[in-house]
Order: sequence, then C-alpha cells, then structure tokens
Amino acid sequence: MSQPFRLNKEGLINRNKKISFTFNGKKLFGYEGDTIASALIANGIHLVGRSFKYHRPRGFFGAGVEEPNAKLQVEFNGHSEPNVNATEMELVEGLSASSQNCWPSVNFDIGAINNFLKMFFPAGFYYKTFMWPKSFWYKIYEPFIRKAAGLGIASLEKDKERYEHKFEYCDLLVTGSGPSGLASAYAAAKNGAKVILAEDKPRFGGTLLTDDVSIDNLSGKDWAEKIVSELKSMPNVTVKNRSQVFGYYDHNMLVMFERVSDHLEKKSKFTPRQRLWYIRAKETILSTGSIERPIVFGNNDTPGIFLSAAAKEYMKVYGVLVGKKPLIFTNNDSAYETALDFKKNNVEPIILDTREEHSSELIDEAKSKGIDIRFSHGVIVANGYKKVKSAKIGKLTKDKNSFEKIETIECDCICVSGFWTPSVHLASQSGNKLKYEEKIDAFIPDKKKQQETSVGASNGSFTLEESLKHGFENGSNLSAKITETKTEISIPNVNEKKYGAHDKFWCMPLPKNENPKRFVDFQNDVSVSDIEIALREGYRSIEHVKRYTTLGMATDQGRTSNLNGLQLVSNIENKIVPEVGHTTFRPPFTPITIGTIVGREVGMEYMPTRKTPIHKWHKKNNAVFVDAGAWKRPRYYKQGNETLFEASKREAKNVRENVGICDVTTLGKIDIKGPDAAEFLNRVYTNAWMKLPVGKARYGLMLREDGIVLDDGTTTRISENHYHMTTTTAQAANVLSHLEYYLQIVWPELNVNVVSTTEQWAGAAIAGPKSRDMLSKLYPDLDVSNDALPFMGYKEADFFGVQSRIFRISFSGELAFEINVKSDHGMFMWEKMMEIGKEFGNQPYGTEALSTLRIEMGHVAGPELDGRTIPLDVSLNGLVSKKKDFIGKNSLGREAFNIESRQKIVGLIPIDRKSSIPEGSHIVQDQNAKLPIPKLGHVSSSCWSVENNNPFSLAIMKDGKNMIGKKFFAVSPLKNKSIEVEVISSHYVDPEGKRVRS
Amino acid sequence: MLYIKCPYCGLRAQKEFSYGGDATVKRPNINEEVTSEDWDNFVYMRKSPRGKHVELWQHIAGCRQWIKVQRDTATHEIFQTAKVTEEIR
Repeated sequence: MSQPFRLNKEGLINRNKKISFTFNGKKLFGYEGDTIASALIANGIHLVGRSFKYHRPRGFFGAGVEEPNAKLQVEFNGHSEPNVNATEMELVEGLSASSQNCWPSVNFDIGAINNFLKMFFPAGFYYKTFMWPKSFWYKIYEPFIRKAAGLGIASLEKDKERYEHKFEYCDLLVTGSGPSGLASAYAAAKNGAKVILAEDKPRFGGTLLTDDVSIDNLSGKDWAEKIVSELKSMPNVTVKNRSQVFGYYDHNMLVMFERVSDHLEKKSKFTPRQRLWYIRAKETILSTGSIERPIVFGNNDTPGIFLSAAAKEYMKVYGVLVGKKPLIFTNNDSAYETALDFKKNNVEPIILDTREEHSSELIDEAKSKGIDIRFSHGVIVANGYKKVKSAKIGKLTKDKNSFEKIETIECDCICVSGFWTPSVHLASQSGNKLKYEEKIDAFIPDKKKQQETSVGASNGSFTLEESLKHGFENGSNLSAKITETKTEISIPNVNEKKYGAHDKFWCMPLPKNENPKRFVDFQNDVSVSDIEIALREGYRSIEHVKRYTTLGMATDQGRTSNLNGLQLVSNIENKIVPEVGHTTFRPPFTPITIGTIVGREVGMEYMPTRKTPIHKWHKKNNAVFVDAGAWKRPRYYKQGNETLFEASKREAKNVRENVGICDVTTLGKIDIKGPDAAEFLNRVYTNAWMKLPVGKARYGLMLREDGIVLDDGTTTRISENHYHMTTTTAQAANVLSHLEYYLQIVWPELNVNVVSTTEQWAGAAIAGPKSRDMLSKLYPDLDVSNDALPFMGYKEADFFGVQSRIFRISFSGELAFEINVKSDHGMFMWEKMMEIGKEFGNQPYGTEALSTLRIEMGHVAGPELDGRTIPLDVSLNGLVSKKKDFIGKNSLGREAFNIESRQKIVGLIPIDRKSSIPEGSHIVQDQNAKLPIPKLGHVSSSCWSVENNNPFSLAIMKDGKNMIGKKFFAVSPLKNKSIEVEVISSHYVDPEGKRVRS
Repeated sequence: MLYIKCPYCGLRAQKEFSYGGDATVKRPNINEEVTSEDWDNFVYMRKSPRGKHVELWQHIAGCRQWIKVQRDTATHEIFQTAKVTEEIR
C-alpha cells in the first residue's frame, strides 16, 4: 500500500510508525504525527463532506482551526463524536472517521439536488419560507428543518470518559507558541515570572515550523525547539501543547482547553480525556498569530482548493502534497513561499498574481527558479465537481473589473492567498475595541481593556524580526513590573525574506453571462449573491446581515470569511470597512466538548451530598432516600413489598399509637451567643423573646422585610447569653446569612455572635404517646415527668456516658422529645434508641410519615411558607407582637395584607373520603365554568390521615376561614383529576393541642 | 468570573461570594416611627445604575463577612472593596 501524495523525506511525522484507520469504511494508513486530514490527503482523498445547505462536495481547505469544511464523525476509544475537525484531530490507531451531512454516501448525495435548486434557497430562505401557515410549523416545517440541519450525530451513549477542571494562577499567560509567543515567554521566564505557555497544536513553534527563516543561525524549527526545551527546564514555567486558550473573561480570567489523551493509544484509567483550565493571569500575552484569508472566485469551494499556507503546512509538517499540478492564486508574496516549496519537491506550480508585474525578493527567487508566474491574472472559476480538474483563468484589465483574456488550464489543486487576518478573538473577548489597520486591510487590537497585550501577527506585525522584538520587549517589561527583576536579553539576529506590498484585491469579477457560486462562508454556504440579496432587502447593520445570511455563524466563526464578507458589504454600501464595523467575537474560539465544561461535576458529583451520621444505619435498614437540598433523608423504611404509601402509613400510625424515632439532624442549627442575644432574637422573630427563661424553648416566626414569612423554628435558651436556634432544613443557609446581615450591617452595635452548628449536632425526634416511657428508659436517672420536663422544656443530661440535650418540642403534634448529641455520637444514640425502644413498639419513621403527621395536625412547613404567605395567611398571626418592632413589621400594615378576604390556610377532605387530592391542585367553584375558571386557591400539602383513615390536604384559599363547610372542586390538570372537596379546619387532629402537652 | 478582594481574606474568585444587593440602602432604625413612603423606599425602590455602583457581597465560602464592593455594572470593573463599616469614596 503506497501513499501517492506522501513525500519521501519532508515533514515532522514519524515514518517508522504506521497508524491504520478507516474512512467511510475504507482501510487506510497514516503515520504517527498525522492528522486525519494529512493522512487522507496523503492517500489522495479530498472529498470528505457535503456542504450544509446545498450538499455540494467539499474537501479540505485549511490545515488547522481555520478549516470550514472537513468536519467528520469520528469513532475512537469506544465513543462516537460528531463535527470533529479533521485538520486538528490527530490520527490514532483504530480510529474510524466518516463523512457527515450526506445520504446515502458522500459520493452520491441525494441532498445535492439543493444545489440545482439553489435559486430557491437564497439568503433568508428559512425566514421567508417557513413563516406560514402557522399550523405547519410543528408537524411539517420543524421536523424538516431538523432533519436537514445539523451535521454529525450526537451519541446517545453515556460518556464514559473522565474530564477535569483545574484552577491556576500565573504572572504571565502566553497564548500561542509562534515566534512572538516564545520570545515573550522566554523573556518573562528569565525575569523569574510564573509563566504559562499554551499552544493549541501538538507542535510548538507556529509559523517557525513552516517558514524559511533562521534565528541566530538556527532554522526556525530548531530555534523553537531550543527555546521550548529551555522553558520546560525552568521551574517557574508551565509549557502546554494541545492546549487552546478559548475564552477571555472578566478580571483577566482565561479559560484553556487541554486535549490530554485523545492522541494516546493507551492511557491509564484515571487520565482524563480533556482538562479545562481556569487561569487567572496577572498579564496576558496574546500571540495567537494570523489566519490566511482566501480570494473569492467561482466554485471556490470545490475539493482541491486550499489556502496557500495550508498547502505549505501539509508539505513541511506532514510531508504531504495537496496536488501535483498546483495553481497558486495570490495577491501577495507569501504564496510564493508555497510555490517555492512545491518546486523544491519537484512539483511545477503556476503562480497567478493579481498584481501587475513587479519585483520583490520572493518574486525574483521564484523567477530565478523558473516558476511560471502570470501577473494581473486570477482564477475565475474552478472546474470539476468532486475535485478540481482545471481552472478558467483570466488576465485582469487595469481596473480589475473585467478581463483582457480568458483561458482554461489544467490543474489538480488551487492554493489561494488573499493576505492575512490577525486572530484577534481573545483580544476582542477581553473587551478590546478593535481598530482597522489599513496597511493590512484587517482589524487589530486597540487600547488595552484588561491586562492583555497582543504581539506578533495577531497584532498585525507580519515580519519575524518585528514579532520577535515585540515579543521579547513585552515579555520582559510586563514581567519585570511583577517580579521587579530585569534580565537583559539580546534580541537574536534574524534572517527572513522580505515581502513586497500586497494587493487590496479580494474577489474575482465574473465574465458576462456566467454565474457560478462564489462562496464567502464555506461552512454555512453563504455566497456573494446571498449577501447582495440581504443588502438589497434592506439589511444594513453588519450584525443583521450576519444573522440574515448566517455569514460567520458556523462553528468556524467565520475565521476565513469575516473580512471578505465585510469587504463585500462595504463595497456595495460604498463605505470603508471600519464604518461597516465587525461582528462580535464570542468564546469559545473553537468548539469544545460539553464533557470538558461539565468536568467532574456529573452524576453523584453533580453537587455535594450531605449525609447524617446515622446514614449507614438507614441504608442498612432499607431506607428509601429523598433529596432535601443536598441532604439525603430517609423517606421511608421499606418492609417487604411495601409501597411508599403503605410504609408511610404504617410508620405514621405507629407514631400516633406507640412511638417512633426520626433522624432530624438535617434541621438547621445556629448557635447564638452574646449579651445582646435576647434583644437580637426579639428583633428577628415576630413574637416576644425578652422574657424567655433559661432552660426553655420557644417557637418563633421570622419575616423578610416585606412581611413575607422567611422561616420558622424553635429557639432554646441554653444559658443567660446562649441560645440554640433551629431552622428548617431548606432555609438553614439563608437564615444564617440573614442573621449575619443584620448583625454586621444593620445593628453592628449588638454584641452577638452567630455560627452554624448544623453539622456539629446529630438529632433524633422521639414522638408518640409512649415517648415519655421510652425517654425514661433512655435517661433512667432523670426526672422526665410533665412537671420536670414540660412542653417547651429543655434539659442537658448524660446519655449512656455521652453529653446530650433534650428538647421537649414536637413537629408531629404528639407528645415528643428531641435529643441532640455531638455528631460523632449520632450513630450510638440512634442504635441505643432502637435497642431500648423495642419494648414500646418503637419504629423509625421517614420524611413521608413526618409530613403526614404534621399535615393532619395543621402544622405549616415549606409548601405553606412558600415565599408568598404572611403570618395571617397561615394562621400564625397569634405569634405577631403588636407591642414591639421586628424585621418586616412595618410591611404587615400594607393594605393588601389586611384585606378581609385574603387567602387563609384551610383543610380539605374529599367528599368520597377516598380520593387523594394531588398537591398543586387548583380550588375552583365550578369545574365546568367557562375558561379561564377563576382560581380560589391551591392545595399545598396532601396526606392520608392515619388518624381518620381518609385523605386530608392543606390548602391556601381565598377568604378560607369563611369557606369552612362549603364544597368545591380540587382540579389538577397535570394529573387529569377533579375531586369534590369540603373545606374544614386546618387542624384535623387534636385541634386543642392536648397531646403535645400531655 | 469576577475576582473580588475581600478586605479580610484578599483576592478570591467570585465562586466564594454571594451577591447581596445595593449597599447604599439604609434600613430605618428599629423602634422608630417611619412613614410608609420611607418604608416602601427601603423595601422596594432600588436604582439600577449603569456604571459605578456600591453593592454588598457576602464571603459565604470564606470568612462569612459582608463586604462593600464598588463595581461598574456595565464592565464589571471593581474599583474598590471595603468592610461594611468603612466608607467607599
């Protein structure tokens, strides 16, 4: 098997290591160091895809990030990835690549009929065609567009790869290892700065790898190697290849995407596939280089047409010829280097130069080598459907609007150069307003916005001498400011070819009666005529032209098309390019995987998991868990084949009849200390706190300043200046911040400290008529009688050798106690309770039973305190002091809060005493009323009342208290249910609260 | 991501902070009569300036102190940070 387009010597690939892969099912091979693109071209394969809109045959155009066409579906390492850039993806053994956007095959694609219907697919086609009738959208248009649009196929499999995030800080981040980047990094490193040098490609050196230059008598490539190895040996420097800085964010934070292992044949289990670096740099050097732009001509998208620099890169880096009969079409000197390289490899190029005959160092060299140069010439149209076969070329008249002579010449590739566009993406992302540099017909960075400094070609300097000089100077000066050390470095001697002036020519005219497509944007199939239409239809702003035509909107972000598009618009509008302006550059510079963005925050690591110290016991005893914020709480303990409903009923019933224990560790706990603690609580809670005695707990309600209930809970006075506050599980963090806000900002004169102790205490509630009996066994030496430990009482006592706190508080409405021990003793406490509770019929109960118990008691919780209710709404107005001021008090006087018919909490039972009412149901008077049916309220919490053995719900209902005894419908369109209900009191069980006091 | 200088801990990533609104709003004193207009202004009315704005942030994943941050709401530039007891000029 030979590779017809592989050179024998040239290139940086390893010819000793063959790598086999497949393309569209065909077995091929390349060498270590190849990209998919270079390996395919070496095998003479150019047709790799079909274009987005017209399904035109497409080949390679570039050799790196600028590639608009060669996006492949690639399978390797057991996963399939769409839209992989063939010019960037390195070849690995066993890789299998295939063409996208074509059916049945890339060679014969039915969608190509669009190409012949192109008069029906002008700019704005989708906007114009799919507007009406409206009813067609979901069933016809949208599925059609979906099928036609998009290129590759995303895998439905779970991504098994590992991705990582990394945070890094440095003095100087250098983005790109071309001559200016290397010089900057080197100078800064010598000054002792902490430097990160990032190179997107596998090889360092940028244009030094392909340009015929020498630095200090070393070839560009050897000099780059020398500098990189020296940088790598320095402890203050991090050198990264395959790492692209793709985003410049606020406060000098840059994000880098490192391709860690896609190029490796074997990797260890924990090697990530890709890594995302968040880099906070004190200074940034943007040495991102420039990208060659094409000249626009007819059928300029035919496979076999390349950027001239890409053709050179394929020769010099990969040892691959893009063709053996090349036409070089240029408006500047840089393409002559490509021609000379062809010549060096015994290929005879023909140069078509749009400039009039003149001389420069390179032109003279090409002439002396006997290369056929035709001045004032250009390619009018490329011939050939799936590959360039010939080109119609023309001699331009002096005004370059028409032709003196037209002929057709044979060729197998066209290498085009329309001069260079600095890569200003990162500079623009940093906020830098770009300025138009007329000398190079392109935008370059203007005044600094953040700490970014552009050097080299990305700043519009296209000579090696200037790039190195700027690199060394800026690297040295920027770092010296940080390290306060300055090491003198002599700028090396440079040998490079001098370029003559380029021609400001960018689009070939068409001869009369000829109308081939001239593409500006290859990836989105935007042609000259599309942009003309957009302007004719009145689009003026470049941002609007972009959106209407989709120019520059593809994944290549218009790297090769933006400036030509701007030129076209400015020509038609008779404006100069800077007046037209440019579209916004946004990150990422190239597409990155979702996996990298997600990193390790996936599955169980999506968010932290909080487990109580008793978690293992729950798990061992068949707890089914529910998420409560980050906490895992037992929802119920499954016995045998029980359902959630059966288990929660059993657990709740056991609490009502015997005794149960519940893990309440997750409740928020805040320790409050200080001489002004009582005063502080008095301001925070709506009820009075000044007279709470030591050893007593009190239920309290806190509001936001707008009068809405923030949270409820009990606070216990442990000692004179020491309180223990509990919050709901959900609001724990908010309440702490709330208290800190008032102590630090509003009332700093109060001498109070607060700290979260949620994690420090493990808690268990013991609830049920037999809880006191059980408690007396847990504390055999303690008097736990109603007199010694009354409702809302508090005691500290020894729990089998462990310090503990006993609170007589109840959420279930039963006689209940809550025991707290230090977290480390949580499991001990729980197991002891399980052991001792046996004789009283104790069973653990989960959150579902807990809800049942509190709902049928009419105790409010999160669903009622939903950020819309004031104390009166939930019948807690008894807790609102009229005598003192507190947070939110002034808002309670608002008119809307004092309307008689305002919403109130009520209870609901179904008339049939059987149908459970879905939570979230709307309460309506007449379920058959005309839409929209007036809503009278909503169902906030539902349960199966174990006390009364029928469903019961809490609801927030307009004028609720006056509705008691009336009948309504609870309608849930989500569950498709409508249930007739009767309004009753929200206190369904023990309305006098006798049990908790018993 | 913003880089915020906590007056207690130094430069830290935005991830460690939580935003707390306009720092120039002053709560009416506790136990003092307040007109409903003043109260409404305190609870509801906020300016939304383009440009320099002094706001509160809390270093929740750090020292838990509330701090003042003077930030440009359009460019995110941070000019100054201070303890809540200090003035921002």
